Amino acid sequence: MMRVVSSRPIVARVVLGALLLVAAGGSWLAPYRVGDRFPDLLNAPPTRVHVRDADGAWHAPFIHPWRRLSQLEQVYEEDRSTRVPLVWFAHGHLVASAAEATAPLLLLGTDALGRDVFTRLLFGARTSLALALVAAIGALVIGGLIGGAAGFVGGFWDELLMRTSDAALILPTTYVVLALRAVLPLVLSARTVFVLLAGIFALVGAPVIARAVRGVLKRERQLAYAEAAVALGATPARVVVKHLLPAARGVVGVELMTLVPGFVMAEATLSYIGFGFPDDVASWGTMLHDASNVRAFSDFPWLLSPAAAMFLVVLGLNLLHRERVPLSS
Amino acid sequence: MLRYVLRRVTFAVALVWLVSSAALVLARLAPGDFATESLGLDARPEMVAAARARAGLDRPLPAHYLAWLGGALRLDFGRSLAYDRPVRDLIPERAANTAVLAVTAIALATIVGVPLGIVTGTTRRRALSAVLQTVSVVLLSAPPLLTSLVLVFVAARSGWVPVGGMQSAELGGLTDRLRHMVVPVLALALPIGAMLERLQSQAMHEVMGQPFLLAARARGVPRHRLIWRDGFKAALGPFVSMYGVLVGTALSGSFAVEIVTSWPGLGRLMFEALRARDVYLVAGCAATGAVFLAATTLLADLVLAWTDPRTSNDAGRQ
Repeated sequence: MMRVVSSRPIVARVVLGALLLVAAGGSWLAPYRVGDRFPDLLNAPPTRVHVRDADGAWHAPFIHPWRRLSQLEQVYEEDRSTRVPLVWFAHGHLVASAAEATAPLLLLGTDALGRDVFTRLLFGARTSLALALVAAIGALVIGGLIGGAAGFVGGFWDELLMRTSDAALILPTTYVVLALRAVLPLVLSARTVFVLLAGIFALVGAPVIARAVRGVLKRERQLAYAEAAVALGATPARVVVKHLLPAARGVVGVELMTLVPGFVMAEATLSYIGFGFPDDVASWGTMLHDASNVRAFSDFPWLLSPAAAMFLVVLGLNLLHRERVPLSS
Repeated sequence: MLRYVLRRVTFAVALVWLVSSAALVLARLAPGDFATESLGLDARPEMVAAARARAGLDRPLPAHYLAWLGGALRLDFGRSLAYDRPVRDLIPERAANTAVLAVTAIALATIVGVPLGIVTGTTRRRALSAVLQTVSVVLLSAPPLLTSLVLVFVAARSGWVPVGGMQSAELGGLTDRLRHMVVPVLALALPIGAMLERLQSQAMHEVMGQPFLLAARARGVPRHRLIWRDGFKAALGPFVSMYGVLVGTALSGSFAVEIVTSWPGLGRLMFEALRARDVYLVAGCAATGAVFLAATTLLADLVLAWTDPRTSNDAGRQ
């Protein structure tokens, strides 16, 4: 059992690293472009990759095309009579089907509009993770400035800034994000939505960072090295930026590990209810939005794959977080 | 102590006032209002103006706000524009639905999570603790949006329990209502239970190393009494203070659960109100949520001050 415990950080790093690589290399890893549609294959199940044919003979990996049994019910069956080989490293993609038109490679099936879920999952990773990371940087800057000011200036400003942060921290974040988003026009372009959501998330996350930074500054500025820097004539700004903020790095990193998963989930929640990205943009939230009725769920479970991806992100960051703060949640 | 209580009560009242005011002002500042949203793009300007005047939206913001605040102090939160009913009549039912969901989930999470946390925090059996911890970390990584999606999928696939809403169309009895609660309550309770398990486990682990428990053990107090009576009591402090935060977490989580499982709660109502630009309903929902939050934070603070006198002492807080 000890082995399970000690291997956790490695698992977390592998999962998170793989997700980032996948997000970065999405256009090469994905078999299709993000807007590609297969109008004859709506809600088609994932293509199965075989290495043995019906007679038991071995082949290089190949697929069978889907044959539609019922257009209304959207039921499909493998057409065992045709064997379509996979082609590797061709046309700027890692892997693709040799017969794109008749037998596309749909690793996670298609959605109600006939779009490849696997492709959209990879491009969605890019949108969702980039948004969370940009928001995290924003929270870091705003929170760092507020916390730095409060911790260094002290007195009235410290009291004011920290009381405000405390009050903001009590509020349920989902509602704060929802209310701030609802103030803005409901229909916006994808680019504007990205910037606005990043801004809102950064604002909501900033008090968490501010608290952490302020705590470290309060403690560190009394230590000998900080006093020595002041005695040597360093300006307050230099002491904070050069000497004190680096001391806050560890604490801030730990806080970010809880903020980033929150941002990923917030994007998903907003897009799910239609307050996030427009439908044609691939993000994990818009993909879940497309699956937001019970029938879609139970008959086409592959539409839930973004939920699995989000779970991996949160799990990976939770495990890293536990490594830094061994006993806390 | 009295000064501490007064300060906390003031804070609670200020929280409710600030949140509901901010909601009204933000909803007013949003582009478009109820008149434009409900009448559509090709409505004649004089129709829009008339609708606006009927809804009281033609006044400048400060006058509008003061009038609303005056009403709110007399518990009159205005008339919902979308439902055309007083906000005061609309909210209680929805708030009760959310409260039922949140309270059941928190109770379930406490009943299961806390004892398990005591076990994992004190057990010498590594395998048991590792299994429980793994389950806990997995559940912690599945926020309510994910748990509700997965549970709805399982329920729809298996048909074990109904999905969506609070009851079946042909009014069912109590069993029907309880069966409808299974998915939303579990979706909310699982992550909270995991969080409580981790917190209790940590608190127990820290407390068990304290000298006073070592001394008790040396005196021959049996181990189970040490854990379940003395240790538990000492580990209660950090835990009670968590409960205030927990209600916020439950409210946040219940929003996702209410949306996914079509539970007619406060979160859904607020979402609909925001989308319709129904300013009075938005402010009313926000005020209700803030009352929940302020009341529980206040309660947690008072319980904490009562169990640990250092809390209400200014010197002790620094």
